[in-house]
Amino acid sequence: MIDQPDKGVASTTRETSSRRAARAMLQARWPVLALIILVATAIAAAFGPVLAPFDPNRQNLLLRLADPMAAGPDGSVFWLGSDVLGRDVLSRLLYGARVSLLVGIAAISVGGTIGVVAGLLSGYFGGWVDDLIMRLGDIQLAFPFILLAIMFLVVLGSGIWNLILVLGVGQWVTYARIVRADTLSLREKEFVEAARAMGDSTTSIIFRTILPNILAPLTVIASFNVASVILSEAALSFLGLGVPPSVPTWGSMLAESRDTLVANKWWLAVFPGVAIVLTVLSFNILGDWLRDFLDPRLRERT
Amino acid sequence: MGSYILRRLLQSIIVIIGVTLVSFLALQAGGDPTYLFVSERASLEEIEATRRALGFDRPLHEQYLSFVGNLAQGDFGQSLSYRQPAIEIVLEALPATIELTFFAMVIALFLAIPLGILAAINRGTGWDGSITTLAMFGQSIPSFWLGIMMILFFGLYMRLFPISGHVPFLAPLIAGEFATALGNLPRTIFHLILPGIAVGAYSLARNTRLVRSSLLEVLEQDYVRTARSKGLPEMRVLIHHALRNAWLPVVTIVGLEFGFLLGGVVVVETVFSYPGVGRLLFAAINQRDIPLVQAGVVLLAGIFIFLNLLVDLIYIRLDPRMKLAEGRG
Repeated sequence: MIDQPDKGVASTTRETSSRRAARAMLQARWPVLALIILVATAIAAAFGPVLAPFDPNRQNLLLRLADPMAAGPDGSVFWLGSDVLGRDVLSRLLYGARVSLLVGIAAISVGGTIGVVAGLLSGYFGGWVDDLIMRLGDIQLAFPFILLAIMFLVVLGSGIWNLILVLGVGQWVTYARIVRADTLSLREKEFVEAARAMGDSTTSIIFRTILPNILAPLTVIASFNVASVILSEAALSFLGLGVPPSVPTWGSMLAESRDTLVANKWWLAVFPGVAIVLTVLSFNILGDWLRDFLDPRLRERT
Repeated sequence: MGSYILRRLLQSIIVIIGVTLVSFLALQAGGDPTYLFVSERASLEEIEATRRALGFDRPLHEQYLSFVGNLAQGDFGQSLSYRQPAIEIVLEALPATIELTFFAMVIALFLAIPLGILAAINRGTGWDGSITTLAMFGQSIPSFWLGIMMILFFGLYMRLFPISGHVPFLAPLIAGEFATALGNLPRTIFHLILPGIAVGAYSLARNTRLVRSSLLEVLEQDYVRTARSKGLPEMRVLIHHALRNAWLPVVTIVGLEFGFLLGGVVVVETVFSYPGVGRLLFAAINQRDIPLVQAGVVLLAGIFIFLNLLVDLIYIRLDPRMKLAEGRG
């Protein structure tokens, strides 16, 4: 009875806000471009095998280091050139989108879930639970993340799941801190009091009453986070700590490009980098826009 | 204030214990760590002998204590590929890395401040637009790719800068050869320009945005409006009233900055064949030289923690509010 009107209000504001979001986004233009790029990347990742003109691992030793637009075997074209083993750069780029997006999104799901749960517990219960979780977070942040990732990946061995795990665990603190702060302010609010008075269980209060009300700002963090995770993944792949060599990634393509740099095989170095920058930039632009949109203070000022 | 410093020191000690615990557990994470130290063709006897020699047959807590004991004495074990103490190899490469990190830091801070101010006072104009757009790009470019692109353009195409190598400055300085150090300095800097920009670009971009938004916020405060309505020249308002308060958030992140920079250093050194700890780590990773990886990682993390502590202690001297809060509490 008591939380009924609350729910009603929440759903109408959500409806109008999503329409308002769409309108604001169209006005801002940049975020629309970012969204288009991301959709294109997602399509490349999902339909890579259909879109790619070649098997990304198919070597063609007669057509090594072909220039972009050069003729490939049997009347085909290496649109973006071929690499040192005669593999098609475009096809490898399309397959590389899979790893970047999959690792990016899976890692923030892992990190986000751990962080949100930790933040909810920390903020709701306070006391030693709060202390323990927050101090653990402090310790982790005091350790340069890339070094932590290197150490664990060297020992655990490379592989996509280890990569996701390490990159995911690296992100939880950010979520935990924000969720904790929001939970702290929400737990004294009337509608939480009401749920408590109605005899809802603690689990229900935390996950059904508080959680839905703190999700919005998390989308901003998540957007920036995917960007930084994709950058870290590229760096780790570049160091040879990413997925196995048989899986093409943007980072490992760049690592391979180093050997042919002096011979001026620029396309091997330029295209994978452009792919990374466009993807990361899009997530950053989207995050920026979302933050301005969700924070009314900033919106009023502009 | 004393109690704050004490608490901060205690926190650093806990963090250092955390670092040792993590680097110890990392070894155990993949199962029996003995296999990390023997070749793939080692016989059972060899494996057993190595296990006993390295103490992996003992209980975990004993292993951890002796691990920490060894670390305290700077003993990270023998490097598997160099056959010499891992810490010696890392320490030899450290001055080059410090030079690069420091140079990148200078770029990240000293360019960010004027750029951020320029964007803030010209808010909404073309200046602001181009600076913020560039900063957005700067935060989206992988440092190592920026390095590769600069090698291609400034190194190989324009032939303006060297694309690899390093001229030592700190190493001769430490050895007391001042003349050599000073004589090297111009060439040291010349070799640092490309890798320094590559490492510093991300931080430069972030700091520029931070200076801009921090200054914009301060410029809207009442005391700035008061200063303006008194008829003070805009330059004076900016320098005496606004900047003084705008740069505090910048100082806060300087410590954390090193973490980002170190991350960049590890990869960028590899790109430029720059003989620092990063390139050493890269080689050690590929040869699975665990003691060397550990020595490099723990040493860099230790430096990072120390610098963070230092920055925090400087910060409480800079921000009078901190003293006040401590005095009351």
